[in-house]
Amino acid sequence: MQVSVHNLSKSFGSVRANDRLTLRFEAGKIHGVLGENGAGKSTLMKLVAGFLRPDEGVIRFDGRDAALRGPGDALRAGVGMIHQDPLDLPAFTALENLLCATPRSAIASWAEGRRLLVELAGRLGFTVEPEMPVARLSIGQRQQLEIIRLLARGARVLILDEPTTGITAEQTRALFAALRQLAAAGNTVLFVSHKLEEVAALCDTVCVLRAGRLVGEQMGMPVPQAVLLGLMFDTAVAAVRGAEAPPAGDGGTLEPPVTRPVAGEVVWRLEGVTAREGAVTLRNLNLEVPAGRVLGLAGLDGSGQQLLLRLLAGHARPDTGRVLVGSTDLTGAGSRAYRAAGIEYLPADRLAEGVIGALSLSDHFALQQTGRLVDRRQAERAAREAIAAYGIKATPVTPINALSGGNQQRAMLALVPPRCRGLACEQPTRGLDVASARTIWHSLLARRADGCAIVFASADLDELIEYSDEVLVFFAGQISPPLPRAQLSVARLGELIGGVGFAEGGTT
Amino acid sequence: MDQTTIFVAAVLAAAAPLIFATMGETLTERAGVVNLSLDGTILMGAMIAFAVALNTQSVLLGFGAAALTGALIALVLCFLSLSLRQSQTAVGFVLALLCTELSSFLGAPFVRVPGPAVPFLPVPGLANLPVIGPILFRHDLAIYTSFLLVPLVGWLLFQTRAGLTLRALGERPQAAYARGVPVVPMRYLVTVAGGALVGMAGAVYSLDLKQGWSYRHTFGAGWIALAIVIFGGWRPWRVALGCYLFAALEIMALRMQSVLSGLPTQVFQVAPFALMIAVLVLVNLAGSTHMSRRIGDLPPSLRRPAQALVDRLAAPAPAALGQPFERP
Repeated sequence: MQVSVHNLSKSFGSVRANDRLTLRFEAGKIHGVLGENGAGKSTLMKLVAGFLRPDEGVIRFDGRDAALRGPGDALRAGVGMIHQDPLDLPAFTALENLLCATPRSAIASWAEGRRLLVELAGRLGFTVEPEMPVARLSIGQRQQLEIIRLLARGARVLILDEPTTGITAEQTRALFAALRQLAAAGNTVLFVSHKLEEVAALCDTVCVLRAGRLVGEQMGMPVPQAVLLGLMFDTAVAAVRGAEAPPAGDGGTLEPPVTRPVAGEVVWRLEGVTAREGAVTLRNLNLEVPAGRVLGLAGLDGSGQQLLLRLLAGHARPDTGRVLVGSTDLTGAGSRAYRAAGIEYLPADRLAEGVIGALSLSDHFALQQTGRLVDRRQAERAAREAIAAYGIKATPVTPINALSGGNQQRAMLALVPPRCRGLACEQPTRGLDVASARTIWHSLLARRADGCAIVFASADLDELIEYSDEVLVFFAGQISPPLPRAQLSVARLGELIGGVGFAEGGTT
Repeated sequence: MDQTTIFVAAVLAAAAPLIFATMGETLTERAGVVNLSLDGTILMGAMIAFAVALNTQSVLLGFGAAALTGALIALVLCFLSLSLRQSQTAVGFVLALLCTELSSFLGAPFVRVPGPAVPFLPVPGLANLPVIGPILFRHDLAIYTSFLLVPLVGWLLFQTRAGLTLRALGERPQAAYARGVPVVPMRYLVTVAGGALVGMAGAVYSLDLKQGWSYRHTFGAGWIALAIVIFGGWRPWRVALGCYLFAALEIMALRMQSVLSGLPTQVFQVAPFALMIAVLVLVNLAGSTHMSRRIGDLPPSLRRPAQALVDRLAAPAPAALGQPFERP
């Protein structure tokens, strides 16, 4: 079945997730949809699968307008979506999952369901069995079950949203083989990914989204990687901008000092650390972060940067290896011990992990007091000083959740005690406008000048290049060697983030 | 007839209203909705059933009116919690209190008035069988219905396609939605049907086991039913077992009063609750991650039977119980 969208738009608040997209996906082919995080790929797919309703524009199946009121309508039309986290029922067995809410016209009886499950699994090379409880299946197997379920329901268009995240190389191979087989049988496959090599290996056509817009019209594969990267990360534009203006020109007054403060003592040292969290595993990691160093962590969300930051702050424990702060071994200690050693963690989700929304800035300073009774006056004085020093637009008694994102971030920074030796920040400027981001970096670099080591993760390549002394690139738990700032460019970073140059087989 | 037979028959009869209420609530909670109004609903059902049966001289109409009352109260809960997105807990609790007071107020004219009751109806032939005759077949229609209700609900939940969909609503409504199920209307349907069963539990009291109407006639039954549903792990057979256990302990407490006159009767009244808490803790321990880690430490030969036992004992709540459904 051919799927096409015309002038499709969808906004969330002030963000245009999809901006007048017009695309056509022919039957019998595998279509790659590329783009970095937040490019609008998932929104487009959810629109086609009926999970979201478009603000404007139409979706057509085989040339006929489809007014989808929900995923049920899309399913009846033959369009099924497999979500990144499969939307199945962990409490049920595989067979029960297959039968749940599947109409009798598709599967008449339990016996037929069982037969169909075994048959389709055999044909597609999948390893799901009817009586297996879904809670015990791996993500890869749950995906396989969802594919079988959609096919059994008569889906002729399969949408897969980042299907290879968190599945083994073996399962990826089985998945790709099955998708090719399905496409050859006349089905349409939409494959959403940010991994260039997978798209190159699997897809017949590719289109590229960036910031909700279609920047790469549908192209027949193969397309040179450099072209795709250029479209995904806008390097062409960056290169032009770099040629026109000297790079330091628009940097203005806040250009970081190039001379590094005395690099003597080591703040963090990781020795042979292996750690696991969710689908990400970091293996045998050795790392030294000296005082006064800014280390940037690049990579797509969930490639291991967050885990490293959490390891550095004592929020995650390594399975093997040692974590040293200064010369003290803090392996396995809690975050309290890390804080005592002068390590602070600034999470990306400020209101969930960083500050307490309902409390004011002076309340937060009161929380840091050590006495049994709250010294209101001292707390308020500290808050006033912080407000002045960090330019926070608030009074000492404004609840934190009434502040803007930039002011919340500044407040969080202001709460970092002055004797801090190491700062682990997750996306310190996420969601902030340019001016706020600059102020944040101004404060961070001031800390650095005092000899504080800073490790930060960011999705913004320009930010990484501008402020890091060195950058580590993460790809599915693998880590590049530290890349000095002089060797970096947006294009090079983009390639590394897309997995170019990383050894194969490490994507477990 | 020996004492044991009489005792067992009495227990089976005494548990009938609890069976109605718990089966209704099991269905409701399996669909992800907590109807906390049970105690008030049972009182209202009992009062309305008696009033209608008294005025129409029809027991059947009494039951119908009770079912309608229960369904109506459930509908109010649905509207406030599913449509207006208020807390199920708060709404249910307030409804329980409101209906309790309402039953006292509206039921005042019927207090201690003699009225009709479900007629005794031994099953011809079967009632004369030795032992099982008196235990199972010398009751009335309401109690026979309670016997049938348990396998019926079990079959509906676990053997039918509709049951799969119903359970999906309580396990992961987003997954049901992705499969094209209209989540909120379906939750309405199940909750209203469950509420009707709960209302009928009231009728079983006022027209059968505890005939007539008085101030707070069935007070406490609803709260017990709610606890038994949890105790039974949302599985009909186990829930039924809980009902019978509770009825048995209640009857024993009555009898022991004369035998063990030294012991305060409160001991027996409280015993079912204490027992229930103990079982709850055990059941929850069996399903915990701590337990699965312990099993991992066992020698391999013991691991499999231990895991099988734990799987059998563990009765996890529906994963989305009490959670509102948001359309993506």
